[in-house]
Amino acid sequence: MFRTEEMEINMGPQHPSTHGVLRLVLQLDGEEIKGVRPVIGYLHRGVEKLCEHRTYPMIEPLTDRLDYVAAVSENLGWCGAVEALLGVTPPPRAQYVRVVLAELQRIASHLLWLGTHALDLGAMTMFFYAFREREMILDLFESFCGARLTYNSMRIGGLYEDMPRGWIDRVRHFLKIFPGRMREYEDLLTVNRIFVGRTRGVGVLSAADAVAWGVTGPPLRASGVNYDVRKAIPYAAYADLEFDVPVGEHGDTYDRYLVRMEEMRQSLRILHQALDRMPDGEVRAKVSKFIKPPAGEVYHVVESPRGEQGFYVVAQSGEMPYRVRFRSPSFVNLQALPLMCRGRLVADVTAIIGSIDIVLGDCDR
Amino acid sequence: MDSQTLMRDVVVPAIQIAVFLGVVLGFVAYMQLIERKLLAFMQLRLSPRRVGWHGILQPIADTVKLIIKEDTIPAGADRFLFTLAPILTVAPAILGLAVIPVAGAPITVLGWEIKPYIADLNIAVVFLLAIGSLGIYGIILGGWASNSKYSLLGALRSSAQMVSYEVPLGFALIGVMMLAGSASLVKIVEAQKAAGWWFVFPQVLGFFCYFVSALAETNRIPFDLPEAEAELVAGFHTEYSGMKFALFFMAEYTNMFLVSCLATVAFLGGWLRPFPNLEAFAWLENGWLLVVPVVGAGFAGWLLDQRFGSGLRCMFIGGVLGGLVGFALGVADVGGLASMAIPQLSGAFWFSMKVMLIFFLYIWFRGTYPRYRYDQLMNLGWKWLLPLSIANVIVTAVVMLLRGGTA
Repeated sequence: MFRTEEMEINMGPQHPSTHGVLRLVLQLDGEEIKGVRPVIGYLHRGVEKLCEHRTYPMIEPLTDRLDYVAAVSENLGWCGAVEALLGVTPPPRAQYVRVVLAELQRIASHLLWLGTHALDLGAMTMFFYAFREREMILDLFESFCGARLTYNSMRIGGLYEDMPRGWIDRVRHFLKIFPGRMREYEDLLTVNRIFVGRTRGVGVLSAADAVAWGVTGPPLRASGVNYDVRKAIPYAAYADLEFDVPVGEHGDTYDRYLVRMEEMRQSLRILHQALDRMPDGEVRAKVSKFIKPPAGEVYHVVESPRGEQGFYVVAQSGEMPYRVRFRSPSFVNLQALPLMCRGRLVADVTAIIGSIDIVLGDCDR
Repeated sequence: MDSQTLMRDVVVPAIQIAVFLGVVLGFVAYMQLIERKLLAFMQLRLSPRRVGWHGILQPIADTVKLIIKEDTIPAGADRFLFTLAPILTVAPAILGLAVIPVAGAPITVLGWEIKPYIADLNIAVVFLLAIGSLGIYGIILGGWASNSKYSLLGALRSSAQMVSYEVPLGFALIGVMMLAGSASLVKIVEAQKAAGWWFVFPQVLGFFCYFVSALAETNRIPFDLPEAEAELVAGFHTEYSGMKFALFFMAEYTNMFLVSCLATVAFLGGWLRPFPNLEAFAWLENGWLLVVPVVGAGFAGWLLDQRFGSGLRCMFIGGVLGGLVGFALGVADVGGLASMAIPQLSGAFWFSMKVMLIFFLYIWFRGTYPRYRYDQLMNLGWKWLLPLSIANVIVTAVVMLLRGGTA
C-alpha cells in the first residue's frame, strides 16, 4: 500500500553551507525536519593533549588554530589565563592594543559570518561586500604582526612589539569608512523582504533553552539574555570603555542577525575610545624567559565573536601545563541546533547554522 | 515535387532554421558571459578575462571543456532515463524559439523571401506555454534517474515550482491576448502598433505577474530553489557532468531567452520602436544609428579608463562624442544612412534591445536578492500571483466591455 517514509540525508562533511567539516544527519519528512544529528570530529587535532607537551608560550600558536577566524580572541584568552596563573598584569598600553586587536577581530569575524550567512540564503553579492571590508582588517593585521589568519599576536605579559608607525591612522581610516559600508549591508539585507521572511521566526531559541544549553555569545543575547563577558567579568581594558550590549527579543535568526550587526557598531565605538585613550609606555610586563607558573589552576574567559571562550589551565611544576581544557563556544552553541531546527524546513537548516556562526576548528579542537 | 517547391518549402526553411538556431544559441552562450561580466561588476570582482580579449572566448572554452569532459553515469542510475532527461529538457526550450518573431518585415535574400520568424502559429502563446511545461519532464526524470536523494529533492521542488508558476504565467498572458484579440505573436505585436502603445502600460499588473512567474519558471534567483547549492548541492543536476550537464545549462539559458522574448513580444512591443505611432519619434526607427556609436564609444572610453585608471572620464567623453556622431548619423541624416531606413534592421535592433533589458533585470535580481524558501515560494505563487493575475484578467475584461470591445 501507499505509505510515506522518512528520508535520511547527509549534509556534509563536504557541503557548501556547513562552514567547514560539519556533518549533519537530517531526518526528513518531505521537506520538513524531523531530527538533526550533528556529527563532529572531522577537524579534531587533539590540541588539548598537544598542550601538555608544549611550554606555555609555545601553546599560543596552537590557540590560533582553534577558532581560526578569530585568532586574536584565542590569543587574548590564553595569555590572560597564563597571566592570571603567574599573577602578572600587562602594562596599560598593551591592554588597550589588545582591545583594539580583539575588536577589529570581532568585526572581521562578524563580516565573515555576514557574508557566508547571506550567501547561504542566496544573496551572493553580500558575500563580496563583506569580504571587501574583512580584507581591509586583514591588511591591518598583516601590518601589525605579519600574518593574516593565525596571528600569534600577543605574548604572555603583553605584546611582542608595539604597533607599527602610522598603524593607528590606518585603523582610524578604516573606522571612517566602515559605517558607510555597513549602511550598504543594511540596505541589502535588513529591510529586504525576502531576507526578513527567511530569517524572522526561524530557529527560535527561548531564553530558558539558551541558558539551559549553555549557549553564549550573540545567540544567547538574541534570545534576550544580557550576558557579555566583556561586561560581566571585564578583562583587558574593557572596564574603562563604554559600550552597549545589544539584546534581542525573539531569539530567532533575524534577531541574531540584528545583534551581530549592532555588535559591529559597538565595536566601532570601542575602537574609537581605545584609540583616543591609548596610553603611552611599555607594551610588555617583566616576565621571565622561562615561564614556570606556580602550581594551581585557573579558568579565564573572554568574549570571542562566537561567545564565551574559556581556558582552564592546571599548572604543576615545570614549563608545561598539566592539563589544558578549552571551553569552545562553537561546540556548546552547536548543541542547540537540533532544538532550533525541529519542525522547520530544509532551507531553514542552512539559515540556522549560519546564524549560530560555528567554526569547526573551535568545535573539534 | 518540382525543384522550385522543394527549395521554397524545404531547403530555404532548413537553412533559415539552421541560421536562426546558430544565432540564438550563440547568443545564449554569450548571455552567460554577459551575465558573468555584469555580475562581477556588481560584486566588485573581475570576471573571466584569460580566454581571449577580456574573456571574449570564454563561452567557447567552456563548451569545449564540457564536451571533452568525462561523461559519468552514477552506479544505480537508470541509464536510459538519465540520458533522456537532458534531451527532454533542452528540446522544448529550443522548440519554443520557432514562434518568436524578431522583426516586422520579411527579408529577401537571393530572391527568396524569408520571414522574420520560423512559424507564425495562431496559437503561439498557448504553444509556448505547452512546450514550456514539457521541460519539467526532463527535470523530474533527471532527478529520479540519478538515484540520489539530493537530485530527487531538487527535482521535486523544481516540478512543484514550475507547475505552480505556470498558472499565473498563463493568466498574465491572457490579458494580452484579450487586448490583441489573438494568440499569434505577430498579431499581438501588430495590435500594439494599432493601439499605439506597448501592452506593458495597460497591463502593468500583468507584466509584473508575468515577470515574477517567469523568474520562477526559469529557476532564477530569487526562485532558484531547485538548484539552491547551499541546501541541495546542485539540485536535480547534482549527478550530471559533461555534455549532459551542459544541456541542462543550455536549457536554462535558452528558457531565459525564451521568456525574455515572450515578454518583449507580449508587453514591450516586440520589434516596434518606442512610441510606435508618434511621428515626432520617427527618428527612433534608426535608433541603432544613435545607440551603437554611444555605447561603442562609451565602452571604448571605459576600457581606456580601466587601463589608465582615469575614473570614468574617458567613458563620459566617449559617450558624448558617440552621441554627437549618433545624432549626426541617425537624426540629422548625415551620410544618408538614416534615410535608408531598413525596417528589418530597426526591428531586430529594438527587439534585441528589449530582450537585453529583460535579461539585465534577471541579472540585477540575481545580484540583489536572497532566495525564497520552499513554502514561501508556494505561498507567493498561489496566494498572491494567482489572484493578482486573475484580477488582472477580470479588470481587463470589464474595461474592454465598458469601452465597447476595445482596449
